[in-house]
Amino acid sequence: MMRFKIVTSPHVLQNTSVGQVMRRVLYAMIPGVAALIGFFGWGVLVNLVLATAVALLAETVMLAVRGRRLALHLSDFSAVVTAWLLAVALPPLAPWWLTTLGVMAAIVVAKHLYGGLGYNPFNPAMVGYVVLLTSFPREMSAWLIPHGLYQPQALTFLETLRTIFSGEWPARFALDALTGATPLDALRTQIGLGLTVAEIRNSPVFGFVAGQGWEWAALGFLAGGLWLVYTRTADWRIPTGMLGGLAVIATVFYLIDPQHYAPPWFHVWSGAALFGAFFIATDPVTASTTPYGRLIYGVGVGILVYIIRGFGGYPDGVAFAVLLMNIAAPSIDLCTQPRVFGARRG
Amino acid sequence: MSRLFPFHGGLKTVRHKTESNRQPIQPGPLPRRLTVPLRQHIGAIAKALVQVGDSVLKGQMIGQADGYISAAVHAPTSGVVVAVDTRPVPHPSGLPDLCVVIDSDGENRWIERQPVVYRALHPSELRNILRNAGIVGLGGAAFPSAVKLNLSGQDQHLETLILNGAECEPWITCDDRLMRERAAGIIAGLHVMVHLLEPREVLIGIEDDKPEAIAAMSEMCAGTGYAVRSVPTRYPSGSVKQLVKLLTGKETPVEGLPIDVGVQCFNVATAYTIHRAIDHGEPVISRVVTVTGHVSRPGNLDALLGTPFAELIEQCGGYREKVERLIMGGPMMGFALHSDEVPLTKAANCILAASAEELTPTRPVAPCIRCGACVEVCPANLLPQQLYWHARAKEFDKAQDYHLFSCIECGCCSAVCPSHIPLVQYYRYAKNEIWAQEKEKQKAELARQRHQARLERLEREKQEREAKLRQKSPARTAKAEDSGAGGKLDIQTAVAQAKPQPLSLIPSHEGTGESEGEKTDQSLGKQDV
Amino acid sequence: MIAAIVVLSALAGVSGLLLGFAAVRFKVEGDPIVDKIDAILPQTQCGQCGYPGCRPYAEAIAAGEADINQCPPGGENGIVALADLLGRDPKPLSTEHGVVKPKMLAVVDEQNCIGCTLCIQACPVDAILGAAKHMHTVIASECTGCELCVAPCPVDCIDMVPITQTITTWKWTYPVVTTKAAA
Repeated sequence: MMRFKIVTSPHVLQNTSVGQVMRRVLYAMIPGVAALIGFFGWGVLVNLVLATAVALLAETVMLAVRGRRLALHLSDFSAVVTAWLLAVALPPLAPWWLTTLGVMAAIVVAKHLYGGLGYNPFNPAMVGYVVLLTSFPREMSAWLIPHGLYQPQALTFLETLRTIFSGEWPARFALDALTGATPLDALRTQIGLGLTVAEIRNSPVFGFVAGQGWEWAALGFLAGGLWLVYTRTADWRIPTGMLGGLAVIATVFYLIDPQHYAPPWFHVWSGAALFGAFFIATDPVTASTTPYGRLIYGVGVGILVYIIRGFGGYPDGVAFAVLLMNIAAPSIDLCTQPRVFGARRG
Repeated sequence: MSRLFPFHGGLKTVRHKTESNRQPIQPGPLPRRLTVPLRQHIGAIAKALVQVGDSVLKGQMIGQADGYISAAVHAPTSGVVVAVDTRPVPHPSGLPDLCVVIDSDGENRWIERQPVVYRALHPSELRNILRNAGIVGLGGAAFPSAVKLNLSGQDQHLETLILNGAECEPWITCDDRLMRERAAGIIAGLHVMVHLLEPREVLIGIEDDKPEAIAAMSEMCAGTGYAVRSVPTRYPSGSVKQLVKLLTGKETPVEGLPIDVGVQCFNVATAYTIHRAIDHGEPVISRVVTVTGHVSRPGNLDALLGTPFAELIEQCGGYREKVERLIMGGPMMGFALHSDEVPLTKAANCILAASAEELTPTRPVAPCIRCGACVEVCPANLLPQQLYWHARAKEFDKAQDYHLFSCIECGCCSAVCPSHIPLVQYYRYAKNEIWAQEKEKQKAELARQRHQARLERLEREKQEREAKLRQKSPARTAKAEDSGAGGKLDIQTAVAQAKPQPLSLIPSHEGTGESEGEKTDQSLGKQDV
Repeated sequence: MIAAIVVLSALAGVSGLLLGFAAVRFKVEGDPIVDKIDAILPQTQCGQCGYPGCRPYAEAIAAGEADINQCPPGGENGIVALADLLGRDPKPLSTEHGVVKPKMLAVVDEQNCIGCTLCIQACPVDAILGAAKHMHTVIASECTGCELCVAPCPVDCIDMVPITQTITTWKWTYPVVTTKAAA
């Protein structure tokens, strides 16, 4: 008599895995990251590699400490995604210890101390970012001016490495020549000085729609993000909600007073809005999980981003907005359960 | 083409229909020994009507329907009953159940078969005939059809009668072949159903990957007013509630039945067995079963119930190499069998011998990342990830708050889960636990009531006794107490009489013997004799 | 000063009236906590807790005389449910009251039964049928498995047998999933 294996149904499954989902997120980031490297130099790449290495190390150690199966959990690429999300958000010449510290905060504290992948209530990358932003505001605001990789003002790869790991600026440049305010920062401070939006927009920091260079990276992230939505790796509702919410509230203020409030397209295209909408807010673990909930969650993030940008203490607010909405996600889920098949309508 | 009403979710699954649907239905083997389970349906197990040594004829009733929700069981061939006891049956547990084992005499001698002129009969008589013919749903659930063909219990009027030929599970083709080859019989059976239910409209739903079946059924339906509806191939369109929604737009209420929205749904194979029972006087003793997967010659067999799976596989050329799972039903909802030494039952629509080629290998389970892929595919519009969360934590109340019992266990969520979590098993586990707890609670409630009743009885008896004693003199009260000891003596004498050994040997368990003796005294003292 | 006293007095008066009204309006008959505890107890009526039945034990718990971990048939789930209800911490089953066993069923060995009725008197739920000098039998569906009938039997003809699993009582098991390293 033959003995058969007892496995519960279904017996035919689709070929999908957490690792595949995470790898797709990484692929989708490539165009945006390439644009960032093109405009801001090798620092972006160095940050990315450094963050990945630290993240994998921290992940391995934490998994070992928690007695988990290393092969299974390392192959899910979730640590790499966290590392990339954080690295992209860091200034391109951030000192190595800044990156390391941020990644450690993300992986060790925000992810594993809360139970590891699937259990963390807060987006690890954003926790890491906020820890750095609140602890080291000076280092975190030292953004480069987007000169372009092959301009004479750009740092060579070796200069970049030396700057990141030794903390010394290359002698041939003054600090001011390299770094400057980000477009959102510029808008914020100059509106505070009484200038109108139109006047500020004439500054060379700005390009066609938003920040010069920045807008191309945003376009890259938009392209990758649309691919994520197309492959159903990311739920369309979160980016739609977030960008929609941001655009609506920006439009309202823009119509009220175009002198002091930037137009909606500027807001959608600036800072981390597009990147955040497709890559950060869509982290399924920490976002809302019901279909309606995701839309509401997205809208919430969008509105908070605008509020923080316009009225808060920081030039961009994606990280805070996402973390705030993370707190709200369980309640949103509870209130937005879909109507079950056969349940009475209304 | 009439309008369809798509249901939420569902999946495009692998199909694998052509392996078995190219050849016509073949007759199954005539095994030397048939094992006929008395429970081949939902509801009470049939009562055995035969004993070991009885000769039976083909089609003779060997198990009688016991109660309203039950169905009769018949001898699949003529022969001798060699056993009525528990044997392995196709069930996910691998546990045995009561079966009638018949050694075939090879002659296939029928009982006297009497076609029925059903139009002349009272509906309840007709239903009784179907009940006694062992008609149950052959789509897999095996619910007694006579119950579903009775509307008199409900006062609503039947709007729509649906014949389910969707056959949405991969690999299975028995209904496909049946519709292609025996459409006339199916429609004849459908006429009987229509006679009983008098529906306003009759719809036949068939997935559009079966053009031949659709053509054959449409041809037979010409002039009858029955409408064949081609539905998109999307699993699980053959699930009753989903098909009802698809064809009529009506949603069966949570915890309700299609009849609650005026719809009744039967499988095409069920209609065919009704035709055999009415027009030929043949009870359900065989069914068409798909034998497919990793076997040499996949196909459909019209096999006798009670035939061991091993012989059906043998007829299809035997296993090819490295079969690792044997699945009854389809790969989405079917269950893995422990052995192939189990008999064919009414519920068995497919036997899928599966090797690594047909299956997805078991992969390690990762944590849920709440990606929501399961929500997208859930045809019941549930939140499978939340259900999983609560089922895993054994928070059954919360699982029920998330409508655990609306889950139809179709397996779509498990199939798309990137973390490879066996979601359906969690839901089955939670459902079973809830049912078991419910039963336990009922049992506890019964015990509570019985204990209460006993205490009241003892109290009453005590009062009666006291009342009696009060009427008599105080001297006699003392005597009454003596009679208590007398009672004990009586019993000890009885013990002595019953057992030839001397009394002193009775408390054989040393040590505790003393205290037990005391206990006995106490209980005797309380209970006056 | 006077105004403050007046206002506070008025507030106190109104609150007092409200509380008084609530006490009358929402008065609860009986002791619901005992019922709630009793509903959790398995109703085996076995007396292993040291009380003559489940309800007396429930009353003792409510009165603070007994602990929540004295009921072996209720098992861990029962203790957790009681702890939940009473807002206490769950604790392991008190071993002096017994150990958790699978559910059993009393079966009278009908060959040896002498019809003494002792077991009938012992059964807390009247689940044993029989009369003096006639063979006794246990109504399986009503037996709670309390074992109280075993000891009184003078001929030792009652056995506790585990309830065997059948197709109708079989349950899907909790999925076995390992996320821990094999070490």
